[in-house]
Amino acid sequence: MTIMPSIKRDYIEKLAAEGKRADGRKFNEFRNIEIETGIVKKAEGSAKVKIGNTQVIAGIKMDVGEPYPDTPNEGVMSTAAEMIPMASPDFEAGPPRENAIELSRVVDRGIRESKVVEFEKLCIVPEEAIWIAFIDIHILDYDGNLFDAASLAALAALHTAKVPIERMKPVIEKLQEKYPEAKEYLNNHPEDYPIPMLDPPISCTSVKFNGAIVADPSLDEEEIAEARLTVATDQKGDIRAMQKGLNGNFTVDEIKKVIKDSIDNGKKIREQLYKSVGK
Amino acid sequence: MKSDVKLFENGKRLDGRKPDELRKIKIEVGVLHRADGSCYLEWGENKVLVAVYGPREAVPRHTQNPLRAIVNARYNMAAFSVDDRKRPGPDRRSREISKVISEALENTILVEKFPRASIDVNIEVINAEAGTRCAGLTAAAVALVDAGIPMKDIPVSCAAGKIENQVVLDLGKEEDNYGSADLPVAISPRTGEILLLQMDGHLTQAEFDQALDLAIKGCHTVSEIQKEAIMNKYASNKGGN
Amino acid sequence: MTQEKRTIVIPSQLLGEIKNQKAGRGTFVENGKIYSEVLGVLNTNNEFINVTPLKGIYEPNERDFVIGVVIEAMQSIWLVDINAAYPARLHVNDVPWDIEFGDTEKYLNAGDVIMTKVLKVDQEKKLDITLKDGDRNDRNLYKVKGGHLIDVEPQKVPRIIGKKGSMISLLKKYTNCRIFVGQNGRIWIDGDSDGIDKVIETIKIIERESLSYGLTNKIEKLLKKDTKDVR
Repeated sequence: MTIMPSIKRDYIEKLAAEGKRADGRKFNEFRNIEIETGIVKKAEGSAKVKIGNTQVIAGIKMDVGEPYPDTPNEGVMSTAAEMIPMASPDFEAGPPRENAIELSRVVDRGIRESKVVEFEKLCIVPEEAIWIAFIDIHILDYDGNLFDAASLAALAALHTAKVPIERMKPVIEKLQEKYPEAKEYLNNHPEDYPIPMLDPPISCTSVKFNGAIVADPSLDEEEIAEARLTVATDQKGDIRAMQKGLNGNFTVDEIKKVIKDSIDNGKKIREQLYKSVGK
Repeated sequence: MKSDVKLFENGKRLDGRKPDELRKIKIEVGVLHRADGSCYLEWGENKVLVAVYGPREAVPRHTQNPLRAIVNARYNMAAFSVDDRKRPGPDRRSREISKVISEALENTILVEKFPRASIDVNIEVINAEAGTRCAGLTAAAVALVDAGIPMKDIPVSCAAGKIENQVVLDLGKEEDNYGSADLPVAISPRTGEILLLQMDGHLTQAEFDQALDLAIKGCHTVSEIQKEAIMNKYASNKGGN
Repeated sequence: MTQEKRTIVIPSQLLGEIKNQKAGRGTFVENGKIYSEVLGVLNTNNEFINVTPLKGIYEPNERDFVIGVVIEAMQSIWLVDINAAYPARLHVNDVPWDIEFGDTEKYLNAGDVIMTKVLKVDQEKKLDITLKDGDRNDRNLYKVKGGHLIDVEPQKVPRIIGKKGSMISLLKKYTNCRIFVGQNGRIWIDGDSDGIDKVIETIKIIERESLSYGLTNKIEKLLKKDTKDVR
């Protein structure tokens, strides 16, 4: 494990007391964000996101499967984030640990519970066959703030993803033998088409250390953080998902401030997302 | 596997290549911030990213070799890199490829300089289109140079194969699926020594000689591309202004 | 004086022959031929062919001044990260304090930053460091308080220090900061936050243009200009 030198910690806290951050940013300022889509041809949708030096890649793969019994006419999604050893000298190979699991589930909820993907439109044969969307996120370079980078990459990938009618035609045609609805589905969707999406909520993360609250934490700021709060907000400024992490605490006022900053930053990031996916 | 897929049309392959022609290769050096060395490589439709960490103390301690560094190459295919989503985690194929790549790289690294250490090479296939192990090893070699690891040579890899009774260089996807032999090879370009060799399919001795010769030639061509990429990254920082 | 461009060489590149020259650092010999073993800058004097690496980990030499970060306090030693391939050991006998058995934590703990000297590097590359000031010419060794710590490529340290300390003196002069450069690529800076920012910014430029000629003059101009603007 890389140890944080005490004087570095002291220096960052001292700067924060003066209202400054080590990289010169304002407390509520994000680093430079870059979004690139369509980089993985094999995937139905893909995106690479950079926030500062943090780099994350997300890929969407789709398959035909059976619906969950409680949502018989809806497609399903599954999100997995991998903190692969490439991204940091401290990441080890092996099955996901709690950090990766928390990351996966928070990104997943941000998309699923906010009903961004119109799952009712991903039904092939009611009660029998639906589309499954696998969202796989790989962290490539870890320099702080994986939550926002991973969420953004997943959203950008979803926005540019196409339901793979052509590749999966043989599977759907086979379904026709048993279910006439499959034929109707193919008639209505003869070629690849974009995944039906609504306006996405944007995730913004802040951390607290020594009384200061900063948005889009750098690696060092994350190292010394006592508490972390991720807030996903939509276009109207409504709150769609939240997650508090680490063993420190927030006051109610601090939480409200983070929400306000997240709405402001979320707006800017959403604009950038739309630009990069051609919306 | 018999099929109706014709792999040759008017002497040209499906993607228009001649029998001894390589797919397009692009190499970028030093693309990651945290890693000690890194390389991004595109080979045809293959996209591979490699990160090197080390030398650093090998853990767990029982893996340490008191006389030299151990080289751990980890080859992994991203879940979204293939047609049918691959479940995350190393499968047996990945582990075998990791092993043969580790062994090839180890041959060229001056491991005695770092007793008790490990050199960790992470190879991530982001988009797969036949020949990922060759792409992975080639990129890994560049990442090792980028990390400043002392080496006696820069290893390089390329494959040859046989389709419709003709020996060809650098199999593409359909050729890999419907061809009758596949021969990935890695060499130490300075000495010509073979560091990795695998073969499956059916080749007569004469065809094998031909294929090996072709693969080695391909390796040398790719070696020039590696070296050019490294010089482009570092020689452009030369002084003189 | 003609300025030659610095020649970059890569591993396996043929540099010369044993019958004409001697193989210096960064090279290896095979069948009478001298090759580069690393990505680096070629420098040949009359006798030796040397390659100075452009990148790579810090390889400790005895008597190197390094800045360490304590990893763990153990019974009679501390394990210290000195940015090498292995952690270094600091033994209770090699510190200026009188330590009771098991009391190591009272003096140095995980995260503490120390100015130390490399005492010994053995065959298995086991590393020992010391806080005891051996030679009178050595700088003081101690636990650091205050200031900021940054990491740079160890190979760039000579450039950041400069010939006879010329570069580092410029930095200190124009920023009013105290600066200590460890051979291991760690740099300690103390001053007001603007001064520290300026040092960090300038060091980044030095790192980026380390192969350029006339860098010292260029940096001096840059530093002078900024100081004038402030006034």
